[in-house]
Amino acid sequence: MVLSSDDKANVKAVWSKIGSHGAEYGAEALARMFLSFPTTKTYFHHFDLSPGSAQVKAHGKKVADALTNAANHLDDLPNALSALSDLHAHKLRVDPVNFKFLSHCLLVTLAAHHSAELTPAAHASLDKFLATVSTVLTSKYR
Amino acid sequence: MVHFSSEEKSVINGLWGKVNVEETGGETLGRLLVVYPWTQRFFDSFGNLSSPSAIMGNPKVKAHGKKVLTAFGEAIKNLDNLKVTFAKLSELHCDKLHVDPENFRLLGNVLVIVLATHFGKEFTPDVQAAWQKLVSGVAIALAHKYH
Repeated sequence: MVLSSDDKANVKAVWSKIGSHGAEYGAEALARMFLSFPTTKTYFHHFDLSPGSAQVKAHGKKVADALTNAANHLDDLPNALSALSDLHAHKLRVDPVNFKFLSHCLLVTLAAHHSAELTPAAHASLDKFLATVSTVLTSKYR
Repeated sequence: MVHFSSEEKSVINGLWGKVNVEETGGETLGRLLVVYPWTQRFFDSFGNLSSPSAIMGNPKVKAHGKKVLTAFGEAIKNLDNLKVTFAKLSELHCDKLHVDPENFRLLGNVLVIVLATHFGKEFTPDVQAAWQKLVSGVAIALAHKYH
C-alpha cells in the first residue's frame, strides 16, 4: 500500500482543519474505542477509564501528537515513527488487531466533527494513512 | 450470539427512525467501493466505477445500497433473532454470491462512519457502541450459514 500524492494532500488538508482539537479528538477516539471494543481496555488496566479521565485525555493528546508528526512526515514514516515503533514492539506489544479498532474510532471521531471534510476520497486517504501508520508501528514486532 | 439490552435497542431504533435509507444506503455502499476498491470485484455489471465521483453517482450503486440498507432495517426489527432473520441471505451470499464475510465487517464499519457524518455529536460513544454491536451481529448472522 502506497500513499499517492492525492492521499498525502488529502491527509494534510484534513489535518489542518483539525487545528488545536487534536488532543480532544484523540481522547474521544480512545473513549469510543474502549466502549465499542472493550477488549482494548486490557491494555489500560492501570488507567482510570471513567468519562472525563485525565489519564485518557493525556493519552489522547499523545496519540494525536504522534499522528500530527506522522502527517508532517508522510514521505518518511518509518523514520519519523521509529522510536514509537520500537516502543510498541518491545515494551507495549499491543496486538496488531487493535490498531484497526483505534484507526476506525479515529475516523468516526473525525466524521462526527468534520463531516464536510470527510468526503469519500478523503475517507479513503485517511484510512490508508492510518493503516500505514499501524503497519509501521507493528513492523518490528518479529 | 449478540444480546442487546433494552437501552441499546432504544438507542438503535432512535437513530434508525431518522435515517434516510435510500440516501444512506447509497452513500455507504459507495464509500465501501471507494475506500476498499477490491470490493468492486462483486460489481462488474455496475458500469462506471472509475473514480469516487463516478462511484458515488452511479445509479446501480445507489439502488443496491438502498437494498442492502433495507435489509439492515429488517435486522433492527429482529434484534433478538438475527441468525434466523438472515438465514436465507446468508445462504445466498455463500452459495450464489460467494462473498467473503470479511466484506460484511468492512461494510458495517463504513455504515458507522456514514452515520457519524450525518449525526455528528448526536453519534456519541454510547450510540456508536450500540451500532457496533448491531453491525457485528449482522455480519455474524450473514456468515452463519457459510460452509
